Amino acid sequence: MFEKTVSELADDLQNKVISSVELTQAYLDRIQQLDGNYNSYITITPELALQQAKLADERIAAGNAEILTGIPLAQKDIFCTNGVKTSCGSKMLDNFIAPYDATVIHKFHQAGTVMLGKTNMDEFAMGSSNETSFYGAVKNPWNTETVPGGSSGGSAAAVAAHLAPAATGTDTGGSIRQPAALCNLTGLKPTYGRVSRYGMIAFASSLDQAGPMTRTAKDAAILLNAMAGFDEKDSTCANKAVPDYTAELNNSLAGLKIGLPKEYFEKGMDAEVAKSIEEAIDVYKKAGAEIIEVSLPNSSLSVPAYYVVAPAECSSNLSRFDGVRFGYRCENPADLEDLYKRSRGEAFGDEVKRRIMIGTYALSSGFYDAYYIKAQKIRQLISQDFKEAFEKVDVIMGPTTPTTAFKIGEKSNDPVTMYLSDIYTIAVNLAGLPGMSIPAGLANNMPVGLQIIGNYFDESRLLNVAHQFQTLTDWHTKSPEGLR
Amino acid sequence: MEWEVVIGLEIHAQLATKSKIFSGASTAYGAKPNTQACAVDLGLPGVLPVVNKEAVAMGAKFGLAVGAQVAKRSVFDRKNYFYPDSPKGYQISQLYFPIVEHGSIDIELENGKTKTIGITRAHLEEDAGKSLHEDFEGMTGIDLNRAGTPLIEIVSEPDMRSAKEAVAYMRKIHSLVQYLEICDGNMQEGSFRCDANISVRPVDQKEFGTRAEIKNINSFRFVEKAINHEIERQINIIEDGGKIVQETRLYDADKDETRSMRSKENENDYRYFPDPDLLPIELDDDYIQTIKDTLPELPHEKKQRFIAEHGLNSIDADVLTAQKSISDFFEATVKASDGEAKLSANWMQGEVMSALNKNNIDINNCPISPELLGGMIKRIADKTISGKIAKTVFEAMWNNEGSADEIIEKKGLKQVTDTGLIEKVIDEIIANNAGQVEQYRNGKEQVFGFFVGQTMKATQGKANPQQVNEILKAKLKG
Repeated sequence: MFEKTVSELADDLQNKVISSVELTQAYLDRIQQLDGNYNSYITITPELALQQAKLADERIAAGNAEILTGIPLAQKDIFCTNGVKTSCGSKMLDNFIAPYDATVIHKFHQAGTVMLGKTNMDEFAMGSSNETSFYGAVKNPWNTETVPGGSSGGSAAAVAAHLAPAATGTDTGGSIRQPAALCNLTGLKPTYGRVSRYGMIAFASSLDQAGPMTRTAKDAAILLNAMAGFDEKDSTCANKAVPDYTAELNNSLAGLKIGLPKEYFEKGMDAEVAKSIEEAIDVYKKAGAEIIEVSLPNSSLSVPAYYVVAPAECSSNLSRFDGVRFGYRCENPADLEDLYKRSRGEAFGDEVKRRIMIGTYALSSGFYDAYYIKAQKIRQLISQDFKEAFEKVDVIMGPTTPTTAFKIGEKSNDPVTMYLSDIYTIAVNLAGLPGMSIPAGLANNMPVGLQIIGNYFDESRLLNVAHQFQTLTDWHTKSPEGLR
Repeated sequence: MEWEVVIGLEIHAQLATKSKIFSGASTAYGAKPNTQACAVDLGLPGVLPVVNKEAVAMGAKFGLAVGAQVAKRSVFDRKNYFYPDSPKGYQISQLYFPIVEHGSIDIELENGKTKTIGITRAHLEEDAGKSLHEDFEGMTGIDLNRAGTPLIEIVSEPDMRSAKEAVAYMRKIHSLVQYLEICDGNMQEGSFRCDANISVRPVDQKEFGTRAEIKNINSFRFVEKAINHEIERQINIIEDGGKIVQETRLYDADKDETRSMRSKENENDYRYFPDPDLLPIELDDDYIQTIKDTLPELPHEKKQRFIAEHGLNSIDADVLTAQKSISDFFEATVKASDGEAKLSANWMQGEVMSALNKNNIDINNCPISPELLGGMIKRIADKTISGKIAKTVFEAMWNNEGSADEIIEKKGLKQVTDTGLIEKVIDEIIANNAGQVEQYRNGKEQVFGFFVGQTMKATQGKANPQQVNEILKAKLKG
């Protein structure tokens, strides 16, 4: 049962092979039993889950269920959940019970899903390994000595370890795609503005986007159907009709134009990873796709530009965590300044502090033009590169990450090396494009992710291209060895 | 040495929207602390701002009313600083691309000339909450009801050369925003307040002197006092061989002095950058035209109309159009008096204003309605009562004793115009005051006033003064 996809479980629920309460209880038991090995959840919500499952069963019985009604999901702890602790992986919000639901959570409630709990993550989504969490590192179910990736590492590990059939993630520079790649999942970061950011604790507002983390492209399509759409509470949310993302899954690959950016294949990629990617491209070629070399000449600038824009925005976004109204407050503050300094000093972790400092510096008077404005110009150049590429091709493909999962502790003392693990994913956020990572093979028994980048609001095509690959290969069905 | 004063004002006017600039919470004044602060106003994790279209329309309206450019594209920026009444740790404002630029407004100087004051820019921003230091022993309370109230900050050019000019400018803007119905103008509640940038320089010097900024002055009287005080302070320092430091100062109305808040070195670096949560405001020509079409009659237009339509002189027209509420009251009075504009203007500027001032009442709460006042003026015009008796009627109306007609009837104040009756009274007075009659006839004309007084006394002031004059003159001739 735990190997089943969302789509298969939905069938079982509709056909009353199993009830949502039974399914939910089974997952809750399994989490209880096994999550000690992975640390993928920060909060488990058994009472709420069973209550939602009961309501879902009633809805199914009454015949007004939707496809996701009764499906248990794990929600990244970045989404505000009414009445449930919402920590964002930080000591700062360890005591924060959100008084409202994020729009994404609200939409899932309406669809009738069940929330198993809130998943672990890098603190305030800042990290690529899930080691910056206040709640401890998450372990990759494929090898518990390695990281699951980040920042949505808890969601990735939970789905990979079969502690949830699917989960939500958020992606600011690769935080859905990179952990999906490292844990053998299908992860989709939609076009910026496709999914509401309301109630999703902001890291870098102009880059953040929520999306599904699933076993299959079909499941990703089903989840995206529920998540996407205009929200008047988010000014940056696109007021654009939401298509049925499952509708085009079965389109043929014949004639599909796939662009391979030459810059992505030049250097830095692990040889084993490169081999898997080449084999995956061959699968497409055999299915009738046309492979075209493209160039993204400014891609080498994406990491530096990102590490100006994202910290700049986060330095401002995280100012509200001041110990005054909610969250952590230091003991016995002497005065206002002491309250600010110690509350923030004691509750933020090193990586968060590092980025607040970088961002504060980049926005400072005298440096603003040299850093922030320059980075925004680079962002324009990067978008322009993609625009030109998409005049020639339908999708762009390449590796999601330069290597497979690295060891816990291996890069945690070397921020720049850590930042470079997102080298292939970051440009997509800077341009606001949709991107996916799908399982594309194993290198030394560890998963390799193929990244598929689409044009704006072309999620249907991405899902189609991913789904077709999954009908031709079985990488996505592989589970970690020894998984019970 | 002779000094020239240079003043620029930054006026903050709260926009009269029902809800806040980035949330749906109410902006009504005076509610219990924190009852009008929603998740967005509290800056809870995950919340996002959504701009209030009404606030944008009001900003555009202001721009058009001061002949400025309304930007087709303006951008909200974040102004980052930590303070407990700023819940997000930043204020959403507009630094780089404000909604309004390059406007101007005319002020009237004491010598009767007009002067044009440039308006550099006006931008939309959110107000902060309030820190309550008094109510909590050893602690500070935070009230976020005001947080997120829309403001328009109106920045003038450094065009003013005296405290009086600064006050005239501030009054003009105060009047304008009320005409436009974009601000209630209530200074006691902080709906309209200003910061003043002040410097002095020798009269023949071109460069500006070093300026000091005086924060948060919330009455016309204080503006004048604070500026004059600051001018004196700066001149004293320079004349004593000192230097002005660029700094922010606070005006203490109780002590009538300004004191330093922070120097330039300690100024915050606000780290402005475009707010990524908000899209730029884009206004097209059609939209701007629509706003233009809904602009009400502006003060200077109304003044011209009052001169043309009601035959007022320029000074009366100025006074009666300075505030929209006064001009509305005046026009309603003229209407109720069947077109007695001159009398209405005199009564408005005389009895009405002085009674309001004496009782410290706003015209909107005047106990006498324009209909009542107009009704009384009608009775002066048709000679039912004299101007003098009208003062008694006015007082009675002020005390809610009814309409002019009711009061005239009840108190028997109707003017006596019966010539026979007046003659009879006068005959009696002449007979009883032979001495004074002789004095008058011998050329002591001042005695005439005595006879008028006696006649009025005998008729309880109701005799028609003109008739009394005529009859007395004829009879005293002998």
